[in-house]
Amino acid sequence: MLSDAIRSELRAIVGEKNCLDRQEALVAYSYDATPMQQALPDVVVMPQTTQEVQKVVQVAARHQIPIVTRGAGSNLCGGTVPVGGGIVLTLHRMNQIVEIDEQNLTITVQPGVRTVDIHQAVEARGLFYPPDPGSMVISTIGGNIALNSGGLRGLKYGTTKDYVLGLEAVLPNGEVIRTGGKLMKDVAGYDLTKLLVGSEGTLAIITEAILKLIPKPTTQRVMLAMYADMEQAARSVSDIIANRIIPGTLEFLDQGTIRVVEDFKQIGLPTDVAAILLIGQDGEAELVDRDMERIAAICQKNQAVQIKVATTPEEAEEVMTARRSALAALSRMRPTTILEDATVPRAQIAPMVAAIQEITNRFGLNICTFGHAGDGNLHPTCMTDARNHEEIERVEHAFEEIFAAAIDLGGTITGEHGVGIVKAPYLEWKVGAAGIEVMKGIKHAFDPHNLLNPGKMFAKESRNRVVVNRA
Amino acid sequence: MLKEALQQKLDYEELANCMRCGFCQPACPTFRETGYEAASPRGRIALMKAVADGVMEPDKDFVDQMNLCLGCRACEPVCPAGVPYGQLIEQTREAIEQEQDHPWYIRMARKTAFTHLFPHQRRLNRLGGLLGFYQRSGLQTAVRKLGVLNILPKQLKEMEAIMPDASSKGLSERMGATVIPAVGESKQRVGMFHGCIMDVLFQETNVNTVRLLAEAGYEVVIAPGQVCCGALHAHSGEREAARSLARKNIEAFQQAKVDLIISNAGGCGALLQEYDHLLHDDPDWHEQAKWFASRVKDVSEVLAPSVEPEAWDELPQRVTYQSSCHLRNGMKVTKEPVSLLQSIPGATYVALREGDRCCGSAGIYNLVQPEMSGNLLNEKMEHVKATQADILVTSNPGCLLQMKAGIKRAGLEDRMEAVHLVDLLARVSNQSEMSSK
Ligand SMILES: Cc1cc2nc3c(=O)[nH]c(=O)nc-3n(C[C@H](O)[C@H](O)[C@H](O)COP(=O)(O)OP(=O)(O)OC[C@H]3O[C@@H](n4cnc5c(N)ncnc54)[C@H](O)[C@@H]3O)c2cc1C
Ligand code: SF4
Ligand code: SF4
Repeated sequence: MLSDAIRSELRAIVGEKNCLDRQEALVAYSYDATPMQQALPDVVVMPQTTQEVQKVVQVAARHQIPIVTRGAGSNLCGGTVPVGGGIVLTLHRMNQIVEIDEQNLTITVQPGVRTVDIHQAVEARGLFYPPDPGSMVISTIGGNIALNSGGLRGLKYGTTKDYVLGLEAVLPNGEVIRTGGKLMKDVAGYDLTKLLVGSEGTLAIITEAILKLIPKPTTQRVMLAMYADMEQAARSVSDIIANRIIPGTLEFLDQGTIRVVEDFKQIGLPTDVAAILLIGQDGEAELVDRDMERIAAICQKNQAVQIKVATTPEEAEEVMTARRSALAALSRMRPTTILEDATVPRAQIAPMVAAIQEITNRFGLNICTFGHAGDGNLHPTCMTDARNHEEIERVEHAFEEIFAAAIDLGGTITGEHGVGIVKAPYLEWKVGAAGIEVMKGIKHAFDPHNLLNPGKMFAKESRNRVVVNRA
Repeated sequence: MLKEALQQKLDYEELANCMRCGFCQPACPTFRETGYEAASPRGRIALMKAVADGVMEPDKDFVDQMNLCLGCRACEPVCPAGVPYGQLIEQTREAIEQEQDHPWYIRMARKTAFTHLFPHQRRLNRLGGLLGFYQRSGLQTAVRKLGVLNILPKQLKEMEAIMPDASSKGLSERMGATVIPAVGESKQRVGMFHGCIMDVLFQETNVNTVRLLAEAGYEVVIAPGQVCCGALHAHSGEREAARSLARKNIEAFQQAKVDLIISNAGGCGALLQEYDHLLHDDPDWHEQAKWFASRVKDVSEVLAPSVEPEAWDELPQRVTYQSSCHLRNGMKVTKEPVSLLQSIPGATYVALREGDRCCGSAGIYNLVQPEMSGNLLNEKMEHVKATQADILVTSNPGCLLQMKAGIKRAGLEDRMEAVHLVDLLARVSNQSEMSSK
């Protein structure tokens, strides 16, 4: 519990109406988009400037109060759930685009700017910020950076980390650091910029970011390819890349997802196919046309049963609808939707999907898979009900096996959603005991008193590695 | 106790269906205004659930937060999980209403309106007569001069200033018949839902609706015995009253043996279309309610495919459209009003930026939440101004009044007018009495 004296210190910094401890506020900042995770903070603080953040951190450091930094609360790893109580520091008031520099092709933003607002601002000037997480209409750039978010364009354009050039951040001791800059080259010391990207609010509070921009591609086209066999879809993906074509989007839906989407939207998808690939290319018009033709030929060669190339924007929209409706359709089936992001090397997609199917059947669950085929980032999505404890237990075991299967195939437990609370027990499976020790050392160097986002990233106990026996 | 009332009324299944993805937030006007999680759909659902789970007391902040919600339902179409937020907020308000104390003027206005006026069309029309007398007798001018209005809250004053001329006759009396034959061969027999306030303050629009429908080939019945739809009751927590009105309307339209039931007010139509849900736990009425709900259409849905714009007058003006929230988010009608406007010869249709965002009128919201409503209206008028339109079209009486107030507030009276879609169509197709002027 926080004393009244501390509360008034905080109020003095940000003002009465930006420091809330009434019940309503505590409940509203007790959750994020992660199923089954909730904990009340002691107070919600809404600063507007780096100086205010700094002062709040100083108060917290003096009194050893945990701080959970929050953007839009759309993460799926329990990242903003204040499990240790304390302060939820929400940055939605720091939402200004500071500058778009057309000479250096950079944009400087405050952390509370929504991802989609960055897109709109730069695209209006013929520029492009490629990272496009599915949640971009709500997510903040601060959250994107802290989780190193990916998106549909990851294969060709990379993820958030590839666009962060410099950061301003408040350290747990109240000092402000500036890393990087409007620089494409910078090897002065350890790369703290990259270290803070994906640090999940456990090392520092990001208060400003300089992002790299590129010219906006002039043309975009999309197509659908449908397969009777998952293998053929996977081979098409490998062949496309082997032919030195890097598509802008390369997404896939498995049969379960296709059926649910068709049931929900009736867009005329054949429900007897095993997989659908959604393939898009962007760039100069002639190159895009040429690539689309070559891709269609490759899909044909791999026995696609049907290929649908969109020729008008309306048709393109229709094609995209299938992928965009996936989550919506799945989440209507049961009250609780658990969206995971196990990721494998591209070439291992077919075995991974097969493993997920086998595990799903064995545990008698309903898990459908869709995701970013181009970069091996899969979203096995479980439809369940949090109130059914017996079933939830089976879900947990199934996901444990799915994580293990991903690692066995050279993959990882999370490709883009982050570790937070929910993956912490499995982190060691991926990085090993030595890896954990180094990471803990880094954490200690930044935050010796464990004030920033405690209870995340490092679990009290690691889960024992499940040994999966796949005959 | 409010807590028990909420626990009993809230549909826990639907609360649990919210997966907290937050996709509803950008659509929510109160969240956009404040950035405050609790003032968002996800936040409000979390608060409701916290109360239902017994982890939170429904204190004053809770009630205030629920009242700050416009009930515009912009959060519904964008929700991947299909959470019926509109139902949840109505359940919440019903519980709050049972326990709530309002300021005197709202209490009095509510009582007068909800129990003594809206359910009784004749009384409403008589009041309309009084209002008409007030407006025509010079009393209005006198009252305005004397500054009597200054004791009213600003919002009421703004509304008083833009009140349209009231009518004391019922619609069928005005039309001289309850059944108006189709022009040419009849396509279908449609029941005209005339609404309560609509029929007093906007009777012209009702008259025009009937004429346009007849002209488009529909036989129109002004079903006798119909009453207020109950929307204002339902949105304000008076669900029982809404249910009893629903039963009366179902009976009236079943007796009239209609194929379709036509509404020209999004706010009414959306609730009419949900009568099956409103009466879902009333075994005697549920089937009839389904019959009724499945037949409700907005006038634009029926007119869009059947009008003949070739015969219309040229309208060399810029028109823009502010959609009614309940027409868009409740009835899911978006294309037809725009396509009707686009088909007017000579007219230039300009899309209104954020024309799909609530104007802040929201039933009686503008009276009880003046600050939020005022902010929304000011933003709205900025976008309206940018269209440089001559005519701002809406599809619901509440929105129309709010838009008129907005035009006045922004000092745009000389440059543009706010008109109901139906009235504009009547004007260009010479179906309106006004068009001869
Ligand atoms: C439907 C849905 C689809 C999604 N799709 C994708 C997807 O395609 N790709 C993807 O990668 N993710 C996706 N996500 C997950 C999530 O939206 C992203 O991780 C997003 O980046 C989170 O941003 P946010 O602003 O909501 O951050 P929050 O959830 O508020 O915070 C996330 C983490 O970042 C920390 N943090 C936030 N701001 C700061 C800051 N300024 N300084 C330091 N730490 C900070 C928090 O402490 C927390 O640990 C999806 C989520 C949903 C619900
Ligand atoms: S969009 Fe729907 S599921 Fe998502 S938070 Fe809002 S109400 Fe809940
Ligand atoms: S009904 Fe409108 S104001 Fe209320 S939560 Fe939904 S979007 Fe927000």
